Amino acid sequence: MTPVLERMEPNPFEGVDFGKLERSLQKPRTLFSLLMSAVVTGMTLLALIPLFSVVWMLFWRGGRKLSLALFTQLPPAPLEQGGGFGNAIAGTLIMVGLAALASVPAGILTAVFLAQARPENRLASATRFAAKVLTGFPSILAGVFAYGTVVLITGGFSAIAGGLALAILMLPTVTLTAEDALRMVPEKMKEAAIGMGATQTQTVWMVLLPTAMPGILTGVMLAVARAAGETAPLLFTALFSNYWPTRGAHVALMQPTASLAVLIYNFASMPFANQVEMAWAAALVLVLLVLVVNLAGQALSRRQVQQ
Amino acid sequence: MTHEPISQPPSRSQQVGDSVFRWLCRGFAWLAVLLVSFIVLRIAMVAAPAVRQYGLGFLTGTTWDPNQAQFGILPEIWGTLFTSLLALVVGTLFGVAAAVFLSEGYLGKFVFGVLALLGIHLHPFWSRLPDQLENLLKNLIELLAAIPSVVYGLWGLFVVIPLIRPGCNWLHLKMGWMPLFGTDLSGPGVLPAVLVLSIMILPTITAISRDALVSVPPKLRMAAYGLGATRWETILAVILPTAARGIFGGVVLAFGRALGETMALAMLVGNANQISISLFSPANTLAALLANSFPEAHPTEVRVLMYAALVLLGITMVVNMAGSLILQRASAGMEGGK
Repeated sequence: MTPVLERMEPNPFEGVDFGKLERSLQKPRTLFSLLMSAVVTGMTLLALIPLFSVVWMLFWRGGRKLSLALFTQLPPAPLEQGGGFGNAIAGTLIMVGLAALASVPAGILTAVFLAQARPENRLASATRFAAKVLTGFPSILAGVFAYGTVVLITGGFSAIAGGLALAILMLPTVTLTAEDALRMVPEKMKEAAIGMGATQTQTVWMVLLPTAMPGILTGVMLAVARAAGETAPLLFTALFSNYWPTRGAHVALMQPTASLAVLIYNFASMPFANQVEMAWAAALVLVLLVLVVNLAGQALSRRQVQQ
Repeated sequence: MTHEPISQPPSRSQQVGDSVFRWLCRGFAWLAVLLVSFIVLRIAMVAAPAVRQYGLGFLTGTTWDPNQAQFGILPEIWGTLFTSLLALVVGTLFGVAAAVFLSEGYLGKFVFGVLALLGIHLHPFWSRLPDQLENLLKNLIELLAAIPSVVYGLWGLFVVIPLIRPGCNWLHLKMGWMPLFGTDLSGPGVLPAVLVLSIMILPTITAISRDALVSVPPKLRMAAYGLGATRWETILAVILPTAARGIFGGVVLAFGRALGETMALAMLVGNANQISISLFSPANTLAALLANSFPEAHPTEVRVLMYAALVLLGITMVVNMAGSLILQRASAGMEGGK
């Protein structure tokens, strides 16, 4: 045993004070590190307080007002008790539906083009740039544009104008997420389809789109959730109305139309307790609607990851 | 014996369908480009008479009086920048803190420690808990972005303003000589708007900063730890500087969002056409001006408002492009380090 020890190099750690290497709370630098960790933890918790406060207020002030009548009746006049916002729910659904009808097919077809285009394609880069510009577009400017085209030309506020403004806001989300989803489809699958003699269109319809569908739908859901909560683009395009969005037995699209978001805005600043309560109830319904759509979208995207 | 061939060349109708579909896709791509150009052009077109009539004086005028046809948006430009910048300071502070908290895995490690104390950290059910809680926290912060801005406005009116009002008025009483506290908070004002705005931009900052922090090559962190740096020496000297560009890009994008945010400000900022540095005085922003004036505007005012919209469009476009450029270069720089 001893010969081995004799052959060893001299101890490289000789003269090192191991006490200096130990982590000790008495040292300012370790203390500072601990303190900063505590600060960051505290700030993160503080940042979450508004979320819990909003949710708590929604259920506390909006929840107790919730009843079936809210969904079937029309908004009350000032000082009148009761009433509901059935027309606002219908209006929101109509306008988001119109916007989806316009933006989803356009967005997906644009995404198909973008996903198939070569990297050096000029039109593709221009389109991507346009989509990016639209992503950062202040939502009120979509309303200004819809006002400048539809309202000024047709001479009145309408659900069509509101739908157009929402469609502009939905388009970039749908396009960019659909492009991502289409690009995630393995190259092999595309090559296999083309190798079997499928035309590009057949490849897109039978391989690319079905495979990418969960991802595309996630984008659609996110866009719908965002559009349902948008207020600014509806303020002066669809305006508001105290009546159902119908004329006779038909749905009327060319008249001012109520929406949940604008109802909240209008009623929040009214000096009548009933209206304020109704604004809270409408906020609860709107947030639940947005959350359900959001969660559905997230569930879909999880399904895609598992594939 | 004849075989039915498995594959066959596309028929004439399939070939036609193929080229039609391809042209359709190309057409919609063109449509997206044209739409953006058309939006800018259309707003500029309607605004043109007002631009010609008021010129650059519109940007420096301080009165807004439709009855005397006097229009100026300096107070709105000031209010937009003032509220957005303040919200950016608060939002960045908290947003980056939350991003560090998330990227360092504090919560997961804490929960893991608790589980280890209880001796169940290897249990198949409990061992997944730290990751699940981390994910939950991330989703909760993203949830902040899902709440519609009008709901934040409602919450600000009925929760934030009553909550901060006593404190603000106390500050004004004791320290009213400071210009920041020069007025009292009588209801809507700059501070409640800034607070709510900072909550709204926080998820953007946190999400982008977290991505930037997570994509810092692990080598760098290991090297810093190996040299004996503490956790926060590593964060402040190595990780944050490396991720700085990505974080900055996120902050600029959040600034763009704050500039264009409408509803929360229209409800909370007070819509007063004045320039004041006080945190508690009412003010106005470009987007809030549009939201409040458009519904009842007569034709001349509409043109002037379109001019204001054009100004807002210009400001946000410049800021957003700067943000995405910075982000693009940040991620390109990070790839070299891997």
